[in-house]
Amino acid sequence: MTVRRSALARVTLAAALCVVAVGAGAQSRIRIGFMLPYTGTYAALGTAIENGFRLYVQEKGGKLGGRELEYFKVDDESEPSKAVDNINKLIKRDNVDVVVGTVHSGVVMAMAKVAKDTNTLLVIPNAGARAVTGPMCAPNIFRSSFSNWQPGYAMGKVAGERGAKKVATITWKYAAGDESVEGFKDGLKASGGEVVKELTLPFPNVEFQALLTEIAATKPDAVYAFFAGGGAVKFVKDYAAAGLNRTIPLYGPGFLTDGTLEAQGAAAQGMLTTLHYADGLDLPKDKAFRADYSKAYKTNPDVYAVQGYDAAQMLDAGFTAVKGDVARRKELVAAIESAHIDSPRGMFTLSKSHDPVQDIYLRKVIGNENRVEGVAVKALADPSPGCRM
Amino acid sequence: MTPTHAITARVWPLGVALVALAVFPHVGGKFYIDLVLTTMILAIFALSLELLVGRTGLVSFGHAAFFGIAAYATALLAPNAAAPSLAWLLPAVVIVTALAALAIGALSLRTRGIYFIMVTLAFAQMAYFVFHDMPFAGGSDGRYLYAKPVLAIGGFTLLDLDKPRTFYYAVLGCLCAVYALLALVGRSRFGHALAGISANEQRMRAAGFSTYPYKLAAFTLAGGLAGVAGFLHAIKDGFVNPEILAWHQSGAVLLMLILGGIGTLRGPVLGAFLFVLLKELFQSEALFGAFARHWQLPLGLTIIACVAMMPNGVIGLPTQWRRAHAPVPHAG
Amino acid sequence: MDFAIFLVQCLNAVQYGLLLFLVASGLTLIFGILGVINLAHGSFYMIGAYLAYALAPWVAAHLGGGFFTALAIGLMLSVAFGYLLEWGFVSYLYERDHLQQVLMTYGLILVFEELRSILVGDDVHGVAPPAWLAGSVPLGHVMTYPVYRLFMSGVCVAVALGLYAIIARTRLGMAIRAGATNREMAQSLGVDIRLLYRIVFAAGVTLAVFAGMIAAPVSSVYPGMGNQVLIISFVVVVIGGIGSIRGALLASLLVGFADTFGKVFIPQTAGILVYVLMAAILLWRPEGLFRTG
Repeated sequence: MTVRRSALARVTLAAALCVVAVGAGAQSRIRIGFMLPYTGTYAALGTAIENGFRLYVQEKGGKLGGRELEYFKVDDESEPSKAVDNINKLIKRDNVDVVVGTVHSGVVMAMAKVAKDTNTLLVIPNAGARAVTGPMCAPNIFRSSFSNWQPGYAMGKVAGERGAKKVATITWKYAAGDESVEGFKDGLKASGGEVVKELTLPFPNVEFQALLTEIAATKPDAVYAFFAGGGAVKFVKDYAAAGLNRTIPLYGPGFLTDGTLEAQGAAAQGMLTTLHYADGLDLPKDKAFRADYSKAYKTNPDVYAVQGYDAAQMLDAGFTAVKGDVARRKELVAAIESAHIDSPRGMFTLSKSHDPVQDIYLRKVIGNENRVEGVAVKALADPSPGCRM
Repeated sequence: MTPTHAITARVWPLGVALVALAVFPHVGGKFYIDLVLTTMILAIFALSLELLVGRTGLVSFGHAAFFGIAAYATALLAPNAAAPSLAWLLPAVVIVTALAALAIGALSLRTRGIYFIMVTLAFAQMAYFVFHDMPFAGGSDGRYLYAKPVLAIGGFTLLDLDKPRTFYYAVLGCLCAVYALLALVGRSRFGHALAGISANEQRMRAAGFSTYPYKLAAFTLAGGLAGVAGFLHAIKDGFVNPEILAWHQSGAVLLMLILGGIGTLRGPVLGAFLFVLLKELFQSEALFGAFARHWQLPLGLTIIACVAMMPNGVIGLPTQWRRAHAPVPHAG
Repeated sequence: MDFAIFLVQCLNAVQYGLLLFLVASGLTLIFGILGVINLAHGSFYMIGAYLAYALAPWVAAHLGGGFFTALAIGLMLSVAFGYLLEWGFVSYLYERDHLQQVLMTYGLILVFEELRSILVGDDVHGVAPPAWLAGSVPLGHVMTYPVYRLFMSGVCVAVALGLYAIIARTRLGMAIRAGATNREMAQSLGVDIRLLYRIVFAAGVTLAVFAGMIAAPVSSVYPGMGNQVLIISFVVVVIGGIGSIRGALLASLLVGFADTFGKVFIPQTAGILVYVLMAAILLWRPEGLFRTG
């Protein structure tokens, strides 16, 4: 036993020396660390994000900012309790220059803290937790996706414009749900309605029947729901099966119908949602992106792939400005802050708190697509309360 | 009484291990220091459970509750702005956790066997949902710990846990202290009573021993010690999240016990190292390439194999090997 | 809450409880009769749901059948699977203590999850119910209740009655009850315990797989769906009393009501309520509502 333990120390020392040696020899490549879910419920999203990122790099001939890249990956397992250790693997073991991740808000909270404490460049290609660009905001933390508040606000405005005066909301009781509903409330108030009932259930519980009955009893003009993944599939189907969709329109952010339409089938047809991406966008950049992605990965891209793609674009903007010298952090950050990102979703810029300032589209479910109907809100920026930058 | 050479055989490996751990921060890379740090905290956690499972024979599937309660207590009691003093924060956290263990133990110990396992799981799930669903604790996204504690007397700072080296040695110190405490408990009357309860509770009761207070005391002590681990975890991460109370964590710590070997104190410590090492191994892209994303498969198979083939853990391997190769006694 | 809504909530509670019963009954059989704690039981539920998803197109293409054909094939597969799993793995668990069983079956969960990821992937899927069950019955002016959920409840009740009939009225049931009470005595009286255990395990697995298959149209198919149902089924089994089918039924309905009405009246505590219920019942009756043996 003891032999094992002191052997452990020796092996570890040897490994550490190897890492140092490798690191010293590979100075010419920028080290990108992916911290994404490769297992669990969000595995499909993690894969899409990485695919989108790599597609952009491939378009640029395998380089960002003129330098070649080296990738490191850590599976975050969507497990917040291991997040600090996992991101430290990338930062301290692999000595990455940039961390790209992740999907789950609980994990990203831990990542943001470590990134802030170690001044590591972090680009978030999905998690919309407002805290990371709110109280935790920092010059080295960027987001290429959205904040939970944005799609909600847009939907609220649309709901009010369509005549909804009393609305019921339903979501999981966690930060993403709370922030989405808050955005909806703000938008709805701006167009003359109000939320009369806020229903929640513990995450990730998916027994909705009791609350659907509550909704029927409340008889609102409309319902706003935020769920994602398996929960979104079940909710939309349950809502239709309960007959509520005939009289009470169901609204939601795009996550309610993204990646879930095949599973939801007829239940989702005709639903209106808001998101910063849609199918059928008449943008040459989007058409090219979709064609390239399908060819490379044999499947259609989704909003997560776009966010991964744009994360690479944002980094490219920064790296190019400093000619690949990542040590010139201030200039790098300034370059990303002032960048105009030509995204498949449309052009977007970054707000002061480093969230995308982007158009939020209104989409309608037609067949297996979320077809764009129009722009719900143009150039929407999250006010990011609590950010002092 | 064990013969002297057997004692020395056990003591000098511990000494070597201690020296190795003490010297490590000076030779290891930053990441590996962090890894050893995490492992030492898990070792404290596993040691606390060993008191319950190994010594007293009470299999608890809810030990993560005390780890989590302590971590949350640390994050909630520590003020946002100034660095709190270790002198009151650590005892406060341990006392809060021990009280929770007292309450949960008082109720759980009324059941036995499989029902005890399930009730401890139920209470751990309750604690999980309290932190997960109630707004005061930050909900499912967790909560930050902004300032790490210091130990200061007068104006003179003795221990600033914000400094990585200091924190490492503080954790090592806690590990040694917990180990020593449990070793003492093992040799005491209290420890022998617990061993008796583990061996045959009915006989103990027939002999006039009231076993319930002893079991409750063991449960409370185990909870309090798990609290030390939780406290250190909160400081290390600066972030607490309800997932540290999930039943998977209770399962993981049981796994560490069985990997290392139940019934000894070296077992849990070794088990913690092995567990962390195995996970690192299977997640390593260098070894497994693209298959590393399916690391749960080899891990699951390894767990099954280890439990099946080494029921006494790695510590018990020499004995197992000796028994398997023992000369067959001749008749007549 | 008016009376009509109250009745609908009761319907919701009963339906959820009955589905839980299907999963929990398999667990209590395995637990009570084989004495094995099987943490992988939730994985069987997940396997059932994924089977429903994977078999549907294959069955449609090669056999021209629909939902029920897929169901039948799934059941046959799961009996075979349960049989093989008992023979190859579970039979080694009987001699071991609870801790070892817990950990070995925990390893099994990881193996099943990862195999599922490798074979079928990680996406979320839906399963369509048969067309004649896809409608809804109106309840009041605003709400309708899906016919399929009523069908599910009906099926669960049928299964419960079937289980009762088998255990209380047949020789097999007698052998099962004997084996649960005293294994050695039953063996010395000529009951082939090994075969009996194999049958019971296969039955337990099939019940969980069946639950997953019929629940797939309403719950959808996604990674991690096994974990949620696992813990709750353990709670149900413990509340009801290990080994008691009656207990599992009563406990599932209790949990169904606690969960449903808890969500409506006290949403913050909805998650805790079930565990408070379990702790309370165990403190009142430390071996569950109906103990066996």
